[in-house]
Amino acid sequence: MIAVGIDSGSQNTKGVAWEDGRVLARAIRPTAFETNGAAAAVYRTLLAELKKPAAAAVVSTGAGRKSIEFADGEINEIRSAVRGARFAAPGARLIIDLGAEACRVIKLHADGQVDSYEVNDKCASGVGTFIETMARALQVTMEDMGPLSLKSTRIVPMNAQCVVFAESEVVSLIHQKESKEDIACAIHTGVSNRINSMVRRVGIVDGIVLIGGTVLNTGLAKCLRDAFGREAVVPEKAQYISALGAALYAAELAGGKG
Amino acid sequence: MIAHYGFEDGSGVFYITIDTGKCARCEDRGCAGGCPEGLFALEPDDEDIPVAGIREQARNALKAACAACKPLERRPALLPCQKSCGLEAITHSW
Amino acid sequence: MDYWRWTESAWKDPDVPDWRGAMVTAGVDIGSTSTQAVILLDGKLYAYANMRTGSNSPNSALEAMNRAMEGTGLTLEDLRFTVGTGYGRVNVPFAHKSVTEITCHARGANYLYGPTVRTILDMGGQDCKAIGCDAKGAVTSFMMNDKCAAGTGRGMEVIANLLAVPVEEIGPLSLSIDGEPEPVSSVCVIFAKTAATGLMRAGWSKEKVLAAYCLAMAIRVVRLLERNGVEEDFAITGGIAKNSGVVRRIERLLGITALKTDLDTQIAGALGGALIAGDLLRKRQASGKG
Repeated sequence: MIAVGIDSGSQNTKGVAWEDGRVLARAIRPTAFETNGAAAAVYRTLLAELKKPAAAAVVSTGAGRKSIEFADGEINEIRSAVRGARFAAPGARLIIDLGAEACRVIKLHADGQVDSYEVNDKCASGVGTFIETMARALQVTMEDMGPLSLKSTRIVPMNAQCVVFAESEVVSLIHQKESKEDIACAIHTGVSNRINSMVRRVGIVDGIVLIGGTVLNTGLAKCLRDAFGREAVVPEKAQYISALGAALYAAELAGGKG
Repeated sequence: MIAHYGFEDGSGVFYITIDTGKCARCEDRGCAGGCPEGLFALEPDDEDIPVAGIREQARNALKAACAACKPLERRPALLPCQKSCGLEAITHSW
Repeated sequence: MDYWRWTESAWKDPDVPDWRGAMVTAGVDIGSTSTQAVILLDGKLYAYANMRTGSNSPNSALEAMNRAMEGTGLTLEDLRFTVGTGYGRVNVPFAHKSVTEITCHARGANYLYGPTVRTILDMGGQDCKAIGCDAKGAVTSFMMNDKCAAGTGRGMEVIANLLAVPVEEIGPLSLSIDGEPEPVSSVCVIFAKTAATGLMRAGWSKEKVLAAYCLAMAIRVVRLLERNGVEEDFAITGGIAKNSGVVRRIERLLGITALKTDLDTQIAGALGGALIAGDLLRKRQASGKG
């Protein structure tokens, strides 16, 4: 019995197909203002790969979760993130879910119940969009940002926090002949400090797990660890963790054993 | 003067307000030293009397700088800065 | 593309034939996007210039001052006392003193709009300030925001660029539609840009999207003003005073009409600086250090 979880993000829609305790397939495509269309396409891709006509149950999550017409149920982003992250990293106590337009910091009790959480989906300075916009200003791809940042040798201060002002600051840093490596690191450090302030509010504990599309950036992950002063794990396929969480709920909904 | 230092962004409103009319002998009393992040500095007002303000470089980072003093749970009734001021000149918007 | 930049301007009092014999003081306000220089004769406005800020603050200051002095015969040596203000205030090479922009703005607005002004809104390229002041133009309260681009000229620039609308046309276009749309819900400029793109795809006209953004901006600015306290009379300075789309909506939300002036509203800071320069000069002369 196939269960499907769909995570409708502001930038990408991710899907996970699940059966008998394991992930069978994953799919991703840009949401591009077509929330339902992108979700339907992801669903079709999963089914085509599995050569199945339909899933037993589909559960949606993410910013666009309410617009997915074919879903049998929906769960909020906190629940899907917790469910997925605890599956991928059973000891998780502090989940940081960093997407293109939102950041969630979720603190868990030892038993996995939510203790407290803090969400930012109102200011782009602490989310993935910030890094993407700065990468454009640096004229490098998002994929290059991580490796570049890891090669940084010098701390370059960056004052602007707002995406709009930081864009101009990056341009002037380039004019000042600062290296792309050092600027990339400064960008990641800025985002990390802003996320760290959310972490400080909920209270830091060990067992930090980073999920969401933005944490695939290795340079950012390092800057986050530096800001926390603690280890932070990035599970495999970190961008699919919330979709996985939704799939686990879908499996329950379908009556199977998640 | 009612001086609001800080900022508002999409995520909220983060201002520390100092009513400099209530400030008295800041220098002698060492009121600005109470902040663990060292946000405060004494600056001369219009009559050249030193009163407490927030350092210019720190104004746009208050949300992060104050985070440790403002846990979601068990936040103290008086913040360290308010305690060391003692004259109720300092208030926080969040 | 500079859709958003206001045109440069310069002005000289045509009724003053000669400055010789008068006390000449000046103020220079180096903002993030524009720089103003103001010259006073015996505390009365004589000449000003409003220019774009270049990449080099000292040069920008000098260029603005040279433009203001153009055709007057004045040279830098004739300026008895000059105050620098604005974010680049420490970079005015010929200034005798630097004073914070809040203090200068209040004083300048007091001159531009008269002693009844109690509340000033100043919206520049990269900041937004609410200032309360007394009849002498002394600051009684202030609240500033320069961390976030929403509610600044730059925020408007991003949306104007997106819609390819020159800044001078934003106001009239946004007021040209019947009725008022819902405001853009995101405060963050980046998220508002995404929202605006979505609205355009949903078939909204440019005018309607502009109206929705101007309204969102006005709501945000009014929140800043109300937090700091609003007392009449009310005046708006800075570049945004020239954007009727935002000004009219602020007035409607507050239920107050802002005072008007024929002079360039962007000179308030430099003007205040020049007035304070006069005070300081008189103080020095009185104490015999002149």
